[in-house]
Amino acid sequence: MFRYVVELDDFKSFFDVLKEKGYEVIGPTVRDNAIIYERLGSFNELPIGITDEQERSAYRLKKRNDKALFGYALSPYSWKRYLFPPSIKLFEITKKDGIKIIENDYDGKKLAFIGVRACEIHAIYIQDKVFLDGKFIDPVYKKRRDNIFIFAVNCITASNTCFCVSMNTGPKVTFGYDLALTEVIEPNHYFIIDVGSKLGEEILKNVRHREANNDEIKKAEEVVNNTAKSMKRSIDTSDIKELLYSNYESEYWNDVAKRCLSCTNCTMVCPTCFCNNVEDVTDLKGESSERWRVWDSCFTNEFTYIHGNTIRSSTAAKYRHWITHKLATWIDQFGSSGCVGCGRCITWCPVGIDITEEIRALRSKR
Amino acid sequence: MRVPKLAVWKFASCDGCQLSLLDLEDEFLSLADRVNIAYFLEASKAVIKGPYHISLVEGSITTEDDIKRIKAIRKASKYLVAIGACATSGGIQALRNFSNIKEFISIVYARPEYIKTLDHSTPISDHVNVDLELQGCPVSKYQLLEVISSFLNNKKPNIHSYSVCMECKRKGNVCILVSNNIPCLGPVTNAGCNAICPSYNRGCYSCFGPHESPNIKSLSNKFRDIGMDDSSIIRSFRMFNSYSKSFRVIDNERA
Repeated sequence: MFRYVVELDDFKSFFDVLKEKGYEVIGPTVRDNAIIYERLGSFNELPIGITDEQERSAYRLKKRNDKALFGYALSPYSWKRYLFPPSIKLFEITKKDGIKIIENDYDGKKLAFIGVRACEIHAIYIQDKVFLDGKFIDPVYKKRRDNIFIFAVNCITASNTCFCVSMNTGPKVTFGYDLALTEVIEPNHYFIIDVGSKLGEEILKNVRHREANNDEIKKAEEVVNNTAKSMKRSIDTSDIKELLYSNYESEYWNDVAKRCLSCTNCTMVCPTCFCNNVEDVTDLKGESSERWRVWDSCFTNEFTYIHGNTIRSSTAAKYRHWITHKLATWIDQFGSSGCVGCGRCITWCPVGIDITEEIRALRSKR
Repeated sequence: MRVPKLAVWKFASCDGCQLSLLDLEDEFLSLADRVNIAYFLEASKAVIKGPYHISLVEGSITTEDDIKRIKAIRKASKYLVAIGACATSGGIQALRNFSNIKEFISIVYARPEYIKTLDHSTPISDHVNVDLELQGCPVSKYQLLEVISSFLNNKKPNIHSYSVCMECKRKGNVCILVSNNIPCLGPVTNAGCNAICPSYNRGCYSCFGPHESPNIKSLSNKFRDIGMDDSSIIRSFRMFNSYSKSFRVIDNERA
């Protein structure tokens, strides 16, 4: 497979080419003291020379000593919010002149995601299984998913909360992209580009590039290997199903519950959590009604409210359910782990509950 | 169906919650088309006798007379909805519950002997059965409308008892507690405000009160980690909902 080099100055033209092809570009930019994925007008809005430092319940931006474009680890939010929106109107129903149902067209515009990490591609493929496999295909997700262009990025830095190596999901991008890049900064600033699809090839055609030589490729490989080596956290997944299935009654869940706020943050930031609820909003006259779909979480009482009772009302039961589904029953249900090792649940838990530490502690109690 | 009769009652409170009803403006007019506003002194002197289909009750119970009155209102109402922090937890005036009311009276009033009050300010649900509680100081006018609209359309209202974080995350806010060490009570506070303060980089101060399963101790530990001292932590819970069951124990929960 050929790999190509695009120089820094030429990289800028990807934005124009994608726009010419009708794409809205979504990528990393600095807003509210964080690097988030948002609509980008131009290359200049990338977080040039900025990185993120992440720890349990801590996130800070820092200046880098270079002009890296993708020199940060991960955004607070994944791409999930673009494919599986936090709230969306499904349809409207009115009975003004006979009953009429007005369906939403689900807004399937062409989006180009720039800066998708390996773990995030895995997350998208996991959500594909949830929303697109089997008998019932989710039309909201499908319309959006069919129209995205994925420009992946191999990680040149890992945050302290990353653990993708142990989950086999990164930091190297191996599939699921149209184009993938590795950013090399020293001694010269350039990008090694991999082509992953016909569409990717077509986009690259319009941007100045040349074939990469062996030294350049080696340098790029080295960068990603160093990222993998620098990763501090991990989960031992060797017996993960057995571990969780044999611990339903463990006292340990009460220990977690002492810390857990049941605030839902972990599920909101998780790139694979897919739970949602539908709510009907009716006007006062009872003439029209809207049905909305919103993100939900297994950490609420309402989530397991059935026929007058909440099944999982204790925080211990809620946390046990979440981690057991994420790491074990998910495998039975969808054929892979539900965790991609992005570490967002660790960073964004207000009280620093750490999925890797909880598994380690649970194992030590056995 | 006959036009349902709506009543709005006031106990110890600032009137802000019932004003939310008038704040609905255009929607208030459509509401007036659908219900008979039978008792709402803030809007009209005209009073229609009960019984009432739906009673919105604002304010906390602070006098013997209040107790008699709320019992009469309960009797006259098919559905009773407690609205606001005062009616659901005792309100800001429940701060008295942590001190000696007699001392306050002697300091504040020129003629303390004229004051007849209970030593505790308590929520409506301490005295009568309440069909629904709407938290908030003041309540959200959208939630108020949702409750009345659901009542009229015979459906379950979309009123949730989960945390503010859920609304904050759906909006795409960056968590200010994690990214900026701003003390935020969102993780223990009930949703309903659409995370208005964190959306403007202000910590949530829990005007909506506790959510269904607040872990006060764990969040207090976090606040301590980011440099707050114990008295500041206690004060942050001693606001509009200080006497809610989960916040009132903050003294015992610390350390």
